[in-house]
Amino acid sequence: MTTTAPPAPPSSTHPAVPRPRQTPARRASVILSTRPRLRLALLLSAPLFWLGIVYIVALVLLLITAFWSVDSFTGEITTEFTMANIIEVVTGSLYQTVTLRTIGVALAVTIIDVALALPIAFYMAKVATPRMQRILVIAVLTPLWASYLVKAYAWRSVLSQDGIFEWLVAPFGGQSPGYGLPATIITLSYLWLPYVILPIFAGLERVPDSLLEASGDLGGKTWSTLRLVVLPLAWPAIIAGTIFSFSLSLGDYITVNIVGGASQMLGNLVYTNVGAANNLPLASAIALIPIVIIFGYLFLVRRTGALNNL
Amino acid sequence: MRLSRLSRTTLGVVTALILVVVYVPLFVVLVNSFSTSTSLTWPPPGFTLDWWVRAFQSAGAIEAVVTSVQVAVIATIISLVLGTLISFALQRFEFFGRDAISLLVILPIALPGIITGIALNNFFRTIMGIPLSIWTVVIAHATFCIVTVFNNVIARLRRLGTNLEEASADLGAGVWTTFRLVTFPQLRTALLAGGLLAFALSFDEIIVTTFTAGSGVTTLPIFILNNMFRPNQAPIVSVIAVVLVLVSIIPIYIAQRLSGSEQQRR
Repeated sequence: MTTTAPPAPPSSTHPAVPRPRQTPARRASVILSTRPRLRLALLLSAPLFWLGIVYIVALVLLLITAFWSVDSFTGEITTEFTMANIIEVVTGSLYQTVTLRTIGVALAVTIIDVALALPIAFYMAKVATPRMQRILVIAVLTPLWASYLVKAYAWRSVLSQDGIFEWLVAPFGGQSPGYGLPATIITLSYLWLPYVILPIFAGLERVPDSLLEASGDLGGKTWSTLRLVVLPLAWPAIIAGTIFSFSLSLGDYITVNIVGGASQMLGNLVYTNVGAANNLPLASAIALIPIVIIFGYLFLVRRTGALNNL
Repeated sequence: MRLSRLSRTTLGVVTALILVVVYVPLFVVLVNSFSTSTSLTWPPPGFTLDWWVRAFQSAGAIEAVVTSVQVAVIATIISLVLGTLISFALQRFEFFGRDAISLLVILPIALPGIITGIALNNFFRTIMGIPLSIWTVVIAHATFCIVTVFNNVIARLRRLGTNLEEASADLGAGVWTTFRLVTFPQLRTALLAGGLLAFALSFDEIIVTTFTAGSGVTTLPIFILNNMFRPNQAPIVSVIAVVLVLVSIIPIYIAQRLSGSEQQRR
């Protein structure tokens, strides 16, 4: 290589970066990059149109339908304002019993799932080697892909009178719980367990190991570290997990049909009134119960930041 | 905090036990797909391959798989576009009502499926007068799939920051070029992960589907529900379940490889 003339510096008339051609795309790009509000409006318009029209309007109309009624002769919906459905749902003893039962089932499922998810998520996030962790994530995720219905059906066969559960516990004098509310709680806990494990695992993974070591160096015992360091940091993730199990249990009616025997939950009442009874206004009024409960729950937990962990 | 050997072992044993309980019902389904009993008796009275042969010849089952794939693919594409748009809006901008919009995205899965189902059923049938069809199912599914894409993309955007995009803009690239050459390549794996989840969510959905599907539309979950209680069809349902679990290992493997290779690159 010779060291004669160094390359001439780019003259000011010929810039190193060529001037972009003035295509329509370029012009749009210039307009967009100087107007952030326009950019935001374009980004938001399509999703908000979709969610607003399809979802919010539908929800509001559901609320309105609850105040209509069905003509008992023609089966047509009368669009006249009436409180009858709401009064029936609030004061009817059937609805009160079923609401309490549904909340009870949803709470039991949530407690069981969190109790099972905490140790497994902690093991995955803080104890397992990276390789083991990857295997465990797959092991937890795979059942999610098996059909919801098949899993419910699998528990139907597991818990049936000549099923594997009876076969396993009979030698010890045990007995299968059969079909009913306990079977519903077991099956729902089983179905939603991965949905609870994954957010808690993600939350625990975000807790830096250095904090745990610092706590240990400062003399914190295992339990106090868990209670004072890990739990507060993982709390939003735990709440996020409970939103899934609680909400999914509240609206379920198919699992109850498969393993619940004759028990009914709120979902069954809604389903019967949409289908067989063809009374959409009453169904809408019943559907307001879980909506109110869920909004109450979301309102209670919104300060924990759980909604950002879903 | 240093965990003692004992507590490590206890945690490991508890984890293993839970996983065993998680897999036993799936194992029972696998065994039942080869069992001569049509009423799911345990232990199985005999071995047969009959159900597997019949499942792969069942026109109803194959048709249901095709319908489900169609619905899931279209719903996933819609949710990928809408989910990405909304994540950019919420991550890159500060504006009034941002929290309300992020709640709005979560709402379709935070509310029980039956609410979404009955609200859309009421909206399509009573209010709009649209007959239920495969498209009403697609619209319903896309609505609750947006959140899975949103979660993945917004998490990625949060991590990426805007440095590279600003550098690209300083070097003279326009909005589109920056997106195509800088932002999109970094989002690709997040989009794939979100898309896979959305596909899975749609493929398995039953509650919203029962409320929004037209009479001729049979997705795989509807097919399974219709055939589950028929003694001669129930073992075929077991076969379908086994195939689904086996097939599902492929996307999970892809997703894991992606996140694995990304961790190594960092």
